[in-house]
Amino acid sequence: MSAYLAQVRTELTLTLRQGEQMLVSVVIPVMLLVFFSMVEVLPTGTTDPVDFLAPAILALAVMSSAMVSLGISTGFERQYLVLKRLGTTPLGRPRLVAAKASTVVCIEAVQFAVLIPVAYLLGWSPDSTGWPSAAAGVLLGTLAFAGLGLLLAGTLPGTVTLGLANGLWLLFLLTGGMVFPLSELPDWLAALSRLLPAAALSEVVVGSLKAGAEVAGRAWIVLVIWAVALPAAAAACFRWE
Amino acid sequence: MPAIEVNDLTIRYGDLTAVDQVVFTAEAGEVTVVLGPNGAGKTSTIECLEGYRRPTSGSVRVLGLDPFSDRSRLLPRIGVMLQEGGVYTGIRVGEVVQLFAAYHRDPLDPGELVDRVGLSSKARTTWRRLSGGEQQRLSLALALVGRPSVAFLDEPTAGVDVEGRLLIREIVRDLVDRGVCVLLATHDLEEAEKLADHVIIIDHGEVVAAGRPLELVAGETDHILFSGPSTLDLEGLGAAVGGKVVELSVGEYRVEIAPDPANVAAVTSWLAARDLAIADLRAGRQRLDDVFLRLTRSRPVEGTARGNSTNSQERAQGPPP
Repeated sequence: MSAYLAQVRTELTLTLRQGEQMLVSVVIPVMLLVFFSMVEVLPTGTTDPVDFLAPAILALAVMSSAMVSLGISTGFERQYLVLKRLGTTPLGRPRLVAAKASTVVCIEAVQFAVLIPVAYLLGWSPDSTGWPSAAAGVLLGTLAFAGLGLLLAGTLPGTVTLGLANGLWLLFLLTGGMVFPLSELPDWLAALSRLLPAAALSEVVVGSLKAGAEVAGRAWIVLVIWAVALPAAAAACFRWE
Repeated sequence: MPAIEVNDLTIRYGDLTAVDQVVFTAEAGEVTVVLGPNGAGKTSTIECLEGYRRPTSGSVRVLGLDPFSDRSRLLPRIGVMLQEGGVYTGIRVGEVVQLFAAYHRDPLDPGELVDRVGLSSKARTTWRRLSGGEQQRLSLALALVGRPSVAFLDEPTAGVDVEGRLLIREIVRDLVDRGVCVLLATHDLEEAEKLADHVIIIDHGEVVAAGRPLELVAGETDHILFSGPSTLDLEGLGAAVGGKVVELSVGEYRVEIAPDPANVAAVTSWLAARDLAIADLRAGRQRLDDVFLRLTRSRPVEGTARGNSTNSQERAQGPPP
C-alpha cells in the first residue's frame, strides 16, 4: 500500500475509534436535527423547521469534523511528538497534509450519508438546484475551519486546543446561524457574526438549499476570505514540535 | 567515507551554546556512542544529524548528504528513535509498524519485526497501554522497519528493564554486523561500555574525549580503590602501606600507591588484621566510568549561560552511596 493510502487509513481508523470525536461529528448533529425538527420550539423562520435545520446542521457538521476533530487530533499528535517523528520518515509534509485533508472529506461523507437521509425522513424538501452551490460552500467552509483547527493545533498545547476548539464550536453553534437563523440575534451580534466563518458558511449552505432563498454575495466573499486566510495563517504559524 | 561526519558543529539557542565546535566521525558497521551527562548537548547534536535543526556554524554529513538540503534523499535511508513519544497514543502495535513499513520501499516484514522486539503478544495493544520499556522497543522497531543504513538511537534503553536491555543490545549488535552505522546517545555508562565500538564523551557541548573504549581506559592508574566500613583510620592505613589515603565519599577510599600485587596485599592484610570487610576493590586498569567521571568532574561549573551545567555537574557526581 502506498504511504499516502496507509496514512489515510490510519487517520480514519484513529478518528473513528475516538468515541468523543464521533459524538461531536455525527451523534450531536443528528440529535439536534431530529429533536428540533420534531419539537418545534426554535424560531427557524420556515413552515417546516427541517427546511432550515437540515442545511444548517450540514454546516455544523462541516465545522465539527474540520475544526474540532482535525484540530484536536492534530494538537495531541503535536504534543506527543508524533508530528516530529513523522518528520524523519519518507512520508513528507505534503502527503501528510493531503492525508489529513482526505480524512476530513471521508468523515464529512460519513456525516452527510447519515444526516441527509435522516433529514429526508423528517420531511425535508430542499431546493435541488442549490446542491452545486451548497457543495462549493461546504468545500470553502472545510478549508476555513480546517485552517482554524490547524492554527490552534499548531500553536497551542494539545489540551488548550481541545478546550478552545470545543468552546468555539459551541459559540459558533449559537451565533453562526446553525440551529436558529441569524435574524433572531440582536442586530449588533448578527452584524458581527456575519463577518465570521460560521455564519458565512451557514448562510451559503442554507441559502442554497432552502426553497425560495438566495445567498447574499457578502456571505460568499466572507467565506472565501476565511477559506484563504485561515489555512495560510495555519501554514505560516504551525510549529511541528 | 565515514557514514557520519561532524565538522566544527556549533549550535546556539540565543545566548546558550548547546554544542561547541564538535568534531567526530562514525563508521558503517560500528556502534558509535555519544556519552555525556544530561544536558551535555547529545540530543542537539543528533537532531542536527537528523535534519531537525540547522547548525549555527560548522557542517554535518550523513551518508555524504546534508540532512537539511538533501532531506528527501536522506530520509529513506535513516532510522530514528526519539528520546520519548513519537507514536499515536491510540494506535495498536501491529498497526503502527505496518504504517511505518508503508512509508518505505523495501521494509522488513512487520510481523517478524514485532516478534523480534518481543511484542508479538502485544500486537493488538495500543501505545498508551504499553509499559515504558515496551514503548522503547516499539520505537526501536519503527526506527528499523525501513532497513536504514544509519540508525539514530537517543537513550534507547531509558526506562527499560534488564531483559529488555539485553534484547535491545542484541538487536543493535545484529544491525552493525549487517553494516549499519548506529549512533547511540546515552548518559548510561554501562550501556556505553557494553555496546560501543567507538565512544565520544561530550560535556557542556564539547568533546572531552573520543576513541575506542579500550583506548580510553588504557593506561595504568596510580591508585587502589576500595569500599569498606564508613569509619576507617585513614592515617593508620596510610602509614602502614606508605601512601596517602583519601575518603572519596562515605565508605569509599582511594589509596595513592601503585596498584601492584604487593601493595594490594598490604592494603588487604591491614584490613584483615582489623577484621574489616571489603565491599569492592579495584586496582590496575581504570574503567570507562572512571574516565568519564574524571573528565566530566574536572571541569569547573560555569556561569548560568550554560543552562543545565550545574545540574549536569550534580548528576555526574551522583549521590553518595
